[in-house]
Amino acid sequence: MLLLTLIFVSVSFAAVSSRLFSVIRFESIIHEFDPWFNFRATKHLVNTSFYEFLNWFDDKTWYPLGRVTGGTLYPGLMVTSSVIYHILKFVGLPVDIRNICVLLAPAFSSITSLAMYLLTLEVTSTTPTLKHKKTAALFSAFLMGITPGYISRSVAGSYDNEAIAITLLLVTFFLWVKSVNTGSIFYGALTAMFYFYMVSAWGGYVFITNIIPLHVFILLLMGRFDYKIYTSYCTWYALGTLMSMQIPFVGFLPIRSNDHMAAFGVFGLLQLVLLVSYLKDTLSPTKFVRLMFALGAVVAIVGISGLVLATKMGWIAPWTGRFYSLWDTNYAKVHIPIIASVSEHQPTPWSSFFFDLNFMIWLFPVGVYFCFQELSNPAVFVIVYSVLGSYFAGVMVRLMLTLAPIVCVCAGITLGRLFNIYLDVKEELSSWGNNKKSQDSLFTLLSKMVVSATFVFYLVFYVQHCTWVTSNAYSSPSVVLASRNPDGSQLLIDDYREAYYWLRMNTPEDAKVMAWWDYGYQIGGMADRTTFVDNNTWNNTHIATVGRAMATSEDKAEVIMRQLDVDYVLVIFGGLIGYSGDDINKFLWMVRIAEGIWPEEISERNYFTDRGAYRVDDLATDAMKNSLMYKLSFYRFGDVYNGLDPVDRVRQQKLSSGYAKSITLDVMEEAFTSENWIVRIYKLKNRDNFGRDLIDIGKKDRKQQSKRTKRMLSRKKPTMELRV
Amino acid sequence: MAKKDAKSKSAPVIKKHGSSVAAEPTANAISLFQELGTSMKISFNSYISETKDNQKLRLIDAFLVFLVCLGIWQFLFCLLVGTFPFNAFLGGFIATVAQFVLTVSLRLQTLDTNKTVFKGITPERALGDYIFASLALHFVVLHFIN
Repeated sequence: MLLLTLIFVSVSFAAVSSRLFSVIRFESIIHEFDPWFNFRATKHLVNTSFYEFLNWFDDKTWYPLGRVTGGTLYPGLMVTSSVIYHILKFVGLPVDIRNICVLLAPAFSSITSLAMYLLTLEVTSTTPTLKHKKTAALFSAFLMGITPGYISRSVAGSYDNEAIAITLLLVTFFLWVKSVNTGSIFYGALTAMFYFYMVSAWGGYVFITNIIPLHVFILLLMGRFDYKIYTSYCTWYALGTLMSMQIPFVGFLPIRSNDHMAAFGVFGLLQLVLLVSYLKDTLSPTKFVRLMFALGAVVAIVGISGLVLATKMGWIAPWTGRFYSLWDTNYAKVHIPIIASVSEHQPTPWSSFFFDLNFMIWLFPVGVYFCFQELSNPAVFVIVYSVLGSYFAGVMVRLMLTLAPIVCVCAGITLGRLFNIYLDVKEELSSWGNNKKSQDSLFTLLSKMVVSATFVFYLVFYVQHCTWVTSNAYSSPSVVLASRNPDGSQLLIDDYREAYYWLRMNTPEDAKVMAWWDYGYQIGGMADRTTFVDNNTWNNTHIATVGRAMATSEDKAEVIMRQLDVDYVLVIFGGLIGYSGDDINKFLWMVRIAEGIWPEEISERNYFTDRGAYRVDDLATDAMKNSLMYKLSFYRFGDVYNGLDPVDRVRQQKLSSGYAKSITLDVMEEAFTSENWIVRIYKLKNRDNFGRDLIDIGKKDRKQQSKRTKRMLSRKKPTMELRV
Repeated sequence: MAKKDAKSKSAPVIKKHGSSVAAEPTANAISLFQELGTSMKISFNSYISETKDNQKLRLIDAFLVFLVCLGIWQFLFCLLVGTFPFNAFLGGFIATVAQFVLTVSLRLQTLDTNKTVFKGITPERALGDYIFASLALHFVVLHFIN
């Protein structure tokens, strides 16, 4: 017991401390994009009341429309951290809400490894070959604590939904397996409660909603139905469905959407199976078989045709695009560019499996094989989960996160069995002590030692790999860009905050900032200004409008911006220092998304040269050169190079200095450009007092400047229409 | 083993067989009907004989029948009038379904013959779990009905 506590203390210590690289190296801030919204919502919750939070209409995002935030978010994360905040305050430790948000994920990661221990213990509880039950569970807890597949989503500062969702996923699965094992209503109800908590925290709850019915369904097909499955599943489904409908964002989805129909179908099926199993006991076998066949056929036909009919008639919503794209992997690319444009939604390469899971990736199939060997109800669950999880992780990079837990379970089982056999040296030692057949036992002892030592080496290597990966790959805050000087000293590029802070300090409080949707949350969180689109991409047309404004010529963009009431436009430009995630590289997605709605105005083809190259230098196409985004990015770009040819260091293309000078802006004026030119902010000029077109004024000015040398004047009667 | 409420549960079965008969109209169908009738009779008789001396089971079953009637009645009302306060309908309907399911689970757990299946769950423990789950259910239903 003492040993167990000690192990847990050290595992959670390792889990927490390996996530703190970024806080110690840089500072305690929120990373990435999404967490900024969560942080903003949490601040709102802490500063106002829970009631206010639930009914929060946010008028600082999606500017003309606004966002009903209370009804369009998963409140679990915010509520969790505000509860922690109030508890700490009550205890007498007033901690800033920012620090709670930053450190929430590491704190929950230690709970995750505890839940992992319980889950593996429960899964292996009926396995006869595992002599020391706790070894496997402890191994999986340790593996889970530091696996990079999970750390990547839960470093300090990554205040995202996944931070608590994985913990809840594991707790829910643990309770589910427990309730299948015992058949207790109590655990079924607890499963439903944690399922509810999970629903409130993450949109990935659909995974649970489908995996539990699938588990039950496969158990039914295997003929493993018993009353425990009935009690646990029905309790979970009845309570869990009702509870999940309490989250405003989910609403009536659990009965209307096709993603949830599997759970409902299995629920109905279980009732019939119970009835049939009762009839089986009372009727004679022959009668029963005929009855069952007839009944089964009818039920299958009625059920499937009912589902198809209901979907066709529109009573049940078909699969949502996000989930559908998991089956038809080409679907998003063809139909919904906005889903395909996110880099996390790409297929996973092999290297990242090894990178994230190290040696567990080859212990994983072995663990699944062991589950097949000793097929118990929980083992079936592990198999189902691992098959589904691997498929989804192969389709989408971000779903590696849901695969990592089951890999840890399987690897834990494998290691547990291995060490159970090869560290069991009692026999050899005793026989060696008695000097009986000492030769044989010495060799057995030696071989056992060699095998154990090998795996101990792998474990040590695993720790090193995890630490290295975490430290190098997953611990960089995307707000501050770190690079190194030639002498090895660290150079921090802090242009984002510089610019956002400029916005916060130097613009009117109701200024509206137009930027591409990636930066919506950060502008809202750091600059505290109204944005048009943000990372919650609920209105595709609105995003396409912004993309259209960025992609068209200045005069057309001016019309759009005046309609939208834009004050400032913010673009990210990495051409000067070679920051590749800038807006010119994302520009094609803006074009594609805009093209989806205005195909006659914007065509992706126009932005490529005749040879199909995407160029930004002198050879760029006219559509490219005239687009607002291009002009905003390269405006005055030649100035930094003092007459030399400016080089775009991301695209590796050289603009001639004369051409760079000819990039002009008429409707916008430069308001701010950050130190390394990463963030450039422009202000939309006011309309001309004399009602002239701003572009005409600009043209005239330039003409005059060039004419000063030539002195030419033409007097002609202008061709104008009648004045009405 | 499991003794289901025969009366309440066999009603939908008959209906479904009606549709299967229409699908394959042969002599087979008639025999199926007869078979169904006899098997229902057998099941019903065995149910009566088994619950004769167990008043608790009869009580539970009466409650189950009541729940089924309540659910059907709510559903009919919904069909007649429409689903305007959809959450209220769902709250009421799911309350009956969930309570039914929970009660069936309780019934399964308290049966003497199932003692080997549910190891470690005494009837008292089962009742406690049942009360816990029902309280949770009713809290959520009240919250949902608004």
